[in-house]
Amino acid sequence: MALIIKKLTKHAGRKMLLHSANLTFEPETIYGLLGRNGAGKSTLLNMIADRIPRSSGEITIDGQSVHENDHVLQRFFLASEDNLYPARERVNNLFKTTKQLYGEFDVDYAEYLAKAFGLNTRTSFGRLSTGYRTIFKDIIALCVPADYIMLDEPVLGLDAGHRELFYRELITTYADRPRTFIIATHLIEEVETILNNVIVINQGRIKLAEPVEALMARSYRLAGPSDAMAMFLPSVKVLSQSSFGHETRAIVTMIGSPALPEGIAKQSLSLQDLFVALTEDSHED
Amino acid sequence: MHFDFDGNTPLYLQVAEQIEEAILTNGFKSGEQVPSTTEISREFHINPATVLKGMNILVNDEIIEKRRGLGMFVLEGARERITDKRRTQFYDDNIQPLINAARQIGLSEAVLAEMIKRGYADNGTDNQKID
Repeated sequence: MALIIKKLTKHAGRKMLLHSANLTFEPETIYGLLGRNGAGKSTLLNMIADRIPRSSGEITIDGQSVHENDHVLQRFFLASEDNLYPARERVNNLFKTTKQLYGEFDVDYAEYLAKAFGLNTRTSFGRLSTGYRTIFKDIIALCVPADYIMLDEPVLGLDAGHRELFYRELITTYADRPRTFIIATHLIEEVETILNNVIVINQGRIKLAEPVEALMARSYRLAGPSDAMAMFLPSVKVLSQSSFGHETRAIVTMIGSPALPEGIAKQSLSLQDLFVALTEDSHED
Repeated sequence: MHFDFDGNTPLYLQVAEQIEEAILTNGFKSGEQVPSTTEISREFHINPATVLKGMNILVNDEIIEKRRGLGMFVLEGARERITDKRRTQFYDDNIQPLINAARQIGLSEAVLAEMIKRGYADNGTDNQKID
């Protein structure tokens, strides 16, 4: 049942968009795909949905390739930024069309959600604001019967109240019918507690992929005298480091919980802190 | 309920602690139903697996019990067990570090005990005063 990605690579000319990604997506799990703008999140999702060709590597589910495999692709749904909907079609008709494509599409839930978000279903798609386009796509994503739902920036343009409602409904529908959600976002604090697993991508490279709880349990900010830190740091994985006077501070991940030398103090981190440390080297291009 | 998401305490432990807190302050009495995993998940945007893990700690500690098809209920004697647990935790979290900190600045056991006594005295007489 797992979705397995092996050595997946995408380049455009000489530019590497995704570099040999290896990932496994388990059923009934909520993943956060975290990365800064241009990190490769959308590229990865679009390749999983077979919307853009890959340069090399493979994507399989139950050992079957997803490429040009309609039977398998039915089990995926990608709500992306690019709109694939005809601008002149009304929202309620788009719900109907989706129902025709995906037999088990939950029209009742879609109508309930439209009401909850204040989306007028008689409006044509083209007349929706940025926020309501996102809401429309979120509604479709929460109502399609697919096993792997990919959401690319699902709260783009949504106000605080609507973001709150979206997360609430996501949890509700997930509790009712567990399935895999892959949420690409850079709003980490908002999703941290919802996720089972986290994937951090930076400049086309997967920096880490593991359960949030395990990751947070082995990540710390350390601070101590520079000489003691210099002795200790080689035994752990250092993500970022800075010195001030005779004190050195570092964000590290450890295996197990090694005893800290005298004078070195540790503090817990938030996922956001860890993310910043992992992606510090990235830059706009 | 209140959750602090800075990562100092794993979230599933916070879920367990918050339900305990609610039982201690009498929000939930013995025999009463506590909110379901889904209700807590929805309300606080916490993954249902995390909430369940927290609930299971309380089931193991005999604070709540699962009644099949009905939900989770507060057990008889839950408050006492939580109080006991908190006292043990108080000793580990506060007394041991206090002794270590006292040693670091060369305070003897007798002086520390004297300070605690003084603390009680100050607290008893001064804490009502408003200046």
